[in-house]
Amino acid sequence: MRPNDHPAPGGVQLRHVSQPLPHDSAAKHVQGAAPYIDDLPEPAGTLHLAVGGSPMARGRLIAVDLEKVRAVPGVVAVLTAADVPGKNDISPAFGDEPLFAHGHVMFHGQPVFAVAAETRDAARRAARLGAITVVQEKPAVTVEDAEKRGDTVLPDYAFIRGDASAAIDAAPNQIAGQFRIGGQEHFYLEGQVALAIPGEDGAMHVHTSTQHPTEVQHVCARILGLPDAMVTAEVRRMGGGFGGKESQASQWAAMAALAARVTGRPCKIRLDRDDDMAMTGKRHDFRVDYAVGFDDEGRIQGVEMAFLARCGCSADLSQGVVDRTMFHADASYFLPELIISSRRLKTNTVSNTAFRGFGGPQGMLAMERIIDEIACRLGRDPLDVRKVNHYGPERDTTPYGMTVEDHDVGAAILEQLERSSNYRERREAIAGFNASSPILRKGIALTPVKFGISFTLTQLNQAGALVHVYSDGSVQLNHGGTEMGQGLYQKVAQVVAEEFGVGMDRVRVTATTTDKVPNTSPTAASSGSDLNGMAARMAARQIRDRLAILAGEHFGVPAKEVVFRDDHAFAGNESLPFAELARRAHAARIHLSAAGHYKTPKLHWDRQKGVGRPFFYFAYGAACAEVVIDTLTGENRVLRVDILHDVGRSLNPAIDIGQIEGGFVQGMGWLTTEELVYDKDGRLRTHAPSTYKIPVASDVPADFRVTLFDGENREETVYRSKAVGEPPLMLANAVFCAIADAVQSIAPGRPVPLDAPATPEAILKAIQGIVAAG
Amino acid sequence: MTTISMTVNGKAVTGNVEPRTLLVQFLRENLRLTGTHVGCDTSQCGACVVHVDGAAVKSCTMLAVSCDGSNVTTIEGLANGAELHPMQAAFREHHGLQCGFCTPGMIMSAVDMVNRLGPDLDEKTIREELEGNICRCTGYHNIVKAVEAGAQAMGATGQRVAAE
Repeated sequence: MRPNDHPAPGGVQLRHVSQPLPHDSAAKHVQGAAPYIDDLPEPAGTLHLAVGGSPMARGRLIAVDLEKVRAVPGVVAVLTAADVPGKNDISPAFGDEPLFAHGHVMFHGQPVFAVAAETRDAARRAARLGAITVVQEKPAVTVEDAEKRGDTVLPDYAFIRGDASAAIDAAPNQIAGQFRIGGQEHFYLEGQVALAIPGEDGAMHVHTSTQHPTEVQHVCARILGLPDAMVTAEVRRMGGGFGGKESQASQWAAMAALAARVTGRPCKIRLDRDDDMAMTGKRHDFRVDYAVGFDDEGRIQGVEMAFLARCGCSADLSQGVVDRTMFHADASYFLPELIISSRRLKTNTVSNTAFRGFGGPQGMLAMERIIDEIACRLGRDPLDVRKVNHYGPERDTTPYGMTVEDHDVGAAILEQLERSSNYRERREAIAGFNASSPILRKGIALTPVKFGISFTLTQLNQAGALVHVYSDGSVQLNHGGTEMGQGLYQKVAQVVAEEFGVGMDRVRVTATTTDKVPNTSPTAASSGSDLNGMAARMAARQIRDRLAILAGEHFGVPAKEVVFRDDHAFAGNESLPFAELARRAHAARIHLSAAGHYKTPKLHWDRQKGVGRPFFYFAYGAACAEVVIDTLTGENRVLRVDILHDVGRSLNPAIDIGQIEGGFVQGMGWLTTEELVYDKDGRLRTHAPSTYKIPVASDVPADFRVTLFDGENREETVYRSKAVGEPPLMLANAVFCAIADAVQSIAPGRPVPLDAPATPEAILKAIQGIVAAG
Repeated sequence: MTTISMTVNGKAVTGNVEPRTLLVQFLRENLRLTGTHVGCDTSQCGACVVHVDGAAVKSCTMLAVSCDGSNVTTIEGLANGAELHPMQAAFREHHGLQCGFCTPGMIMSAVDMVNRLGPDLDEKTIREELEGNICRCTGYHNIVKAVEAGAQAMGATGQRVAAE
């Protein structure tokens, strides 16, 4: 049975929900007819901005000479911190990041000034001519540098249960070690962009490529010194986001808004790729120090994990990101006694930020590596060690005190994938291959994913929607969620069309904007369809209920007997076309517009105490990856991937499978080819696709089998679906573990000193390390 | 400024450009054909691929003046009126896109691939031929499927690029 064949609860066959409809803009995208912000017709007089960045990573900013910049023909204005009428702060929460550097600089490339010019070309040429004088200080580049200085962006934090140290000592076996996990550049294909248009009374309308229009609104208002009500932030679509446009879009929108205020003209900024990579935050990289004690079957008795996060120059979203690392340091396993601690280290690098998984992948990967090491020590198959540690009856409390109620789902997925991927047979075949292949070595791994769904900042778990029915029966839908390619607009439209029983062609989705639905949460934490789908359904249902009363009067039946389907309202054998009903409703003075608001139930989280239920539910999955490495060069290929993933009852299986495939490949890039290199002066040396390699089509295994797990969300989500945005990224842990397994084959029983990403260099280094250890 | 003339999507166009103007700037800014996207500015991502005299070109790498007298096709010129080109239809049907930003370049590269190599493309060839086009969303699987299906549909109709 395919997921879309499932009848809805109550046995009604669904017309739109669960159907594999294409992306809402698919027909436009294939014709180049879906405009992004840089494609919008520019209002008359539009100016273009370019940014001048700091030439040093740390130091006192003593002079900014912009005379040559101003002298360039076409330059209309040059902006610095002195031009900010409000507060020079673009941070999402902690008040620690300026729009333009003032007094001192915090990272190489940090914006110091911006140029507004008649053409983009003039602005970019002029921006190169700024003379910025910095009295250089030695930058903190690595977590070790920051530790030495004792510099953090936020206080340390830990989950503690029992006496981990005593439990480790008392266990029959112990391992201690250190593991490094690299960061990741988002590389959304559409770079950061904003267009600000000044309005009357000082108002500002900002087209912004952001996952968080409300935050852009707030930051623009803060910079301009305006009430929030004077700023509108609008986004129809992004060319990719992945977390990189959650907090990171605000700076560019605010810069455009400030320039529009100062010049009185529309102002647009589109960062070129090098600036985008140097000036915007990335996934946090970590050093993880760990110690674990375990029994002879590999069952963990106690564990200590210390996560040292390179947060960059400001707090940004590091509180939530590193918390989520800790929330996922258990991966899928019960840890009886533990200390999971974290330090949020302040470095003179661009401020690290949200990236698909929001810290979770790093926590989960660290634990999977610990499991692999346990298996190596005991000579057991890592999958068997995963199974003995998996959450189960009586072993179901997470390090943060939440009960895993449906651990049987995770266990069932592991079992099913083990069979469907022929894991055991293939492991044997690989052992045979390796026995007779001195240079090429294969490896295999099967790893689970359990990802907590909800914002861990509880207040963000709410959403609003606005639905209008017009008197011709057409429907307009708006909600707080943003479209970045993930198919959210289509999923929510499917829900609304289903509610009214009308065709998809009748539902028009409009751009996300703060003047229609206010006070929104970011489209993040995989929560887009859970939250906005529900809010839109609640809005539609209010209107439908009003229409049902009118139709009931017309048919002479109670309202609850009126059924909406096939573009009609039915009662028994009688029916009214939906458009006719809408016309009559308007004539009868019935309100045909409604706002819906949803808040996720059951959540409570006491961060101080480190206990509660931060997640409404978990999304589960598992992946089995087979790889081959060349032991002379470190080159590697992924040969085959089998994925079984839980999306509950899918709202749109085509979109969900696309999320799974795309998330997996993005995770594979993070763990194999994508490497961020900062030099000792704090300069990012990998600031273009020439030096930073994301996967291309030929890197992806041709043998790529993705299956949706057959099950529904046990919690009451919209149509019992599950969130799908982030969890699949962590399926790629299987690739990393398979590469480690291939290295392991060279010297069974010796730990594999492999850090992430497993680039060819890292693999070679691990091979040399494991050989030298003999 | 230099005056240049070319045929774009079957229409004769003329414009005054600085000699350093890139083809992509000319298309987007002078002609307002914004379906050709700029992703990386440095000829690597492939979002800006168009056809110049029948061959795929990264339009951020080519000067507009070099195209004086040429025949240029952009993503906007691929469909036959309301009827999608088979490669466009295949990308829509096979979910070969998510955010859509790379899609125009992908489709232009795919059509070029079929024009050069014929409609019977195996998966390995498609994956290697797409190495100059980056997609960050899909993981490429549906893109490869779309190219395979689009190539076959082009073969079935005996179609090369429209307007060339």
